[in-house]
Amino acid sequence: MFNSLSDRLTQTFKNLRSRGRLSEADIDSTVREIRRALLDADVAVPVVREFTGAVRERALSEEVSGALNPAQQVVKIVNDELVAILGGQTRPLNLAKTPPTVIMLAGLQGAGKTTLAGKLALALKEQGHTPLLVAADLQRPNAVSQLSVVAERAGVPVFAPHPGNTSAADDPAADAPLIGDPVGVARDGVAEARTKLHDVVIVDTAGRLGIDEVLMKQASDIRDAIMPDEVLFVIDAMIGQDAVNTARAFADGVDFTGVVLSKLDGDARGGAALSVAKVTGRPIMFASTGEKLTDFEVFHPDRMASRILDMGDVLTLIEQA
Amino acid sequence: SPLGARLLEVLSRDSLTEDDWDELEEDLLLADIGAGPTTELLDSLRTRVRVLGVREPSAVRELLREELVALVGADMDRSLHLDPVLVEDGPRVPAVLLVVGVNGTGKTTTVGKLARVLVAEGKSVVLGAADTFRAAAADQLTTWGARVGVETVRSDKAGADPASVAFDAVARGRDDKADVVLVDTAGRLQNKAGLMDELGKIVRVTSKVAAPSEVLLVLDATTGQNGLTQARVFAEVAGVTGIALTKLDGTAKGGIVVQVQRELGVPVKLVGLGEGPDDLAPFDAADFVDGILG
Ligand SMILES: Nc1nc2c(ncn2[C@@H]2O[C@H](COP(=O)(O)OP(=O)(O)OP(=O)(O)O)[C@@H](O)[C@H]2O)c(=O)[nH]1
Ligand SMILES: Nc1nc2c(ncn2[C@@H]2O[C@H](COP(=O)(O)OP(=O)(O)OP(=O)(O)O)[C@@H](O)[C@H]2O)c(=O)[nH]1
Ligand SMILES: [Mg+2]
Ligand SMILES: [Mg+2]
Repeated sequence: MFNSLSDRLTQTFKNLRSRGRLSEADIDSTVREIRRALLDADVAVPVVREFTGAVRERALSEEVSGALNPAQQVVKIVNDELVAILGGQTRPLNLAKTPPTVIMLAGLQGAGKTTLAGKLALALKEQGHTPLLVAADLQRPNAVSQLSVVAERAGVPVFAPHPGNTSAADDPAADAPLIGDPVGVARDGVAEARTKLHDVVIVDTAGRLGIDEVLMKQASDIRDAIMPDEVLFVIDAMIGQDAVNTARAFADGVDFTGVVLSKLDGDARGGAALSVAKVTGRPIMFASTGEKLTDFEVFHPDRMASRILDMGDVLTLIEQA
Repeated sequence: SPLGARLLEVLSRDSLTEDDWDELEEDLLLADIGAGPTTELLDSLRTRVRVLGVREPSAVRELLREELVALVGADMDRSLHLDPVLVEDGPRVPAVLLVVGVNGTGKTTTVGKLARVLVAEGKSVVLGAADTFRAAAADQLTTWGARVGVETVRSDKAGADPASVAFDAVARGRDDKADVVLVDTAGRLQNKAGLMDELGKIVRVTSKVAAPSEVLLVLDATTGQNGLTQARVFAEVAGVTGIALTKLDGTAKGGIVVQVQRELGVPVKLVGLGEGPDDLAPFDAADFVDGILG
């Protein structure tokens, strides 16, 4: 039984070492293994198709047949292509020339937006900034109190003029599904930051589905009202094939500028990272890696590449090939 | 006979193009059925198509639909077992339902919706806020409880022992002669050993009053292949009796439950179709398969 791709490829390559040259059939079977590994890692079907096509083409080219060790060369191609799509290098947050820098968070329900708001605030505070959190999720029960608790833990202030959905009376009716005026709260929050001289504002918004036109319109209205410097799309690393639909819907709806991959402390392979980066072309900037406010880091494309393919240490694999 | 078999194969080679087959494969993969199960399903379908001599892509699709419905709709008990328990020579104790799962799947919301259903059926319900970890989790549950007029047992301080809150809730349910106690637990990733031990403890401690009649694993329909790992680990630690598949109102199909049901024999009992109090429905295999095959 060869479970991981590294095991399977190592096995495939073992047979090749003596011959030293890859036939088209060798490359096809290697590409099949890679396809399977990508699908098992939840990389979206269209992305898998394009990716394996590119790898196959490069593997058949001169570059491989001329290489000293062709098998090794194929692994390197796979890794390079992955890292290239995932962003090669990550970029830091765009800060406004004239503060405050406005950051808006968006994503599906339960993705990790509110938690991320606290993480970002804490990280920015530690870098000497003076962030203000804005509670513009009035929809989900007690989202405002959740953000307030998170703000307190991060030691930053929160702007929460509306309590949001907190009582039996707020039960959203079918004919009036929206609660309060989150667009107004977001706009006032940015104004508040300007008067109180906060140099960063982080706006938490309600979770919403890509196909929910009413809520997506609300998100784009928030965006129009606050003209954010960054719109961060938060996506759960456990998501499967729906990553593409969802990422496209949010790219259309709020035109996000960067991606945050959350719950990377789990054991999901996180193929969504590849899907989202590929179909939207927006960079993955941060990784959320736990429930504590300090579980937050800059995204590392190379680590993600070996995680998705379950290649362990790619360099070791290349040496073994 | 080998000759007969070969003859049959030649005479009834399937007439679908590779493109037709690719399309079917893509539908299954896009629904998160998984690469392994998809290959298995299509291999057996190819055999049937040959043997039956089916030639029309639409008829093949219909066959696949039938197979899928048979697979996910397999004869399983999908009802919730929430009748009060009579302990021998002892008091009548409420049925206990526990929700478990990874972070953000919809556990608290599902408890809120379920409370609504049970109250509408005339049952008396108590909620237990055994998520003492996440910011404002108990407030969120209390809001849901207030909507249907049921009490929420909670701890005043964040970080309290979740097992003792669960115990208190069940004990309150017993003392108040409630019919059902619904216990919400914190989201936890299945690879966190410490948090999974904590969940085991919640089950054990609760069982001192009444063993849970139902342990619902709440799976998010957007979840990919990791859902199977989630189900395996939660089943082992907490003895899962059913699945609630949430967020089916989105574009995700929730195909991972096909593997989960098949491997663990745990039935999908409920589906979540929105954020509102009435957005909960029993699982329907035909609807589910239609969602996958379009
Ligand atoms: N393990 C882990 N849990 C996380 C991470 N980020 C968020 N969570 C948890 O995921 C759950 C949902 O997080 P929230 O921050 O409330 O998500 P949200 O996107 O604001 O959710 P809605 O407002 O309901 O749409 C909570 O239990 C968080 O503690 C992470 O990186 N790792
Ligand atoms: N669209 C949709 N949203 C849902 C559904 N069920 C829950 N949600 C939303 O998903 C988000 C997370 O729901 P919760 O009930 O807080 O999830 P949870 O599992 O209790 O989260 P943690 O306690 O943080 O692990 C909220 O924004 C809910 O409104 C559903 O069936 N459809
Ligand atoms: Mg939130
Ligand atoms: Mg919860």
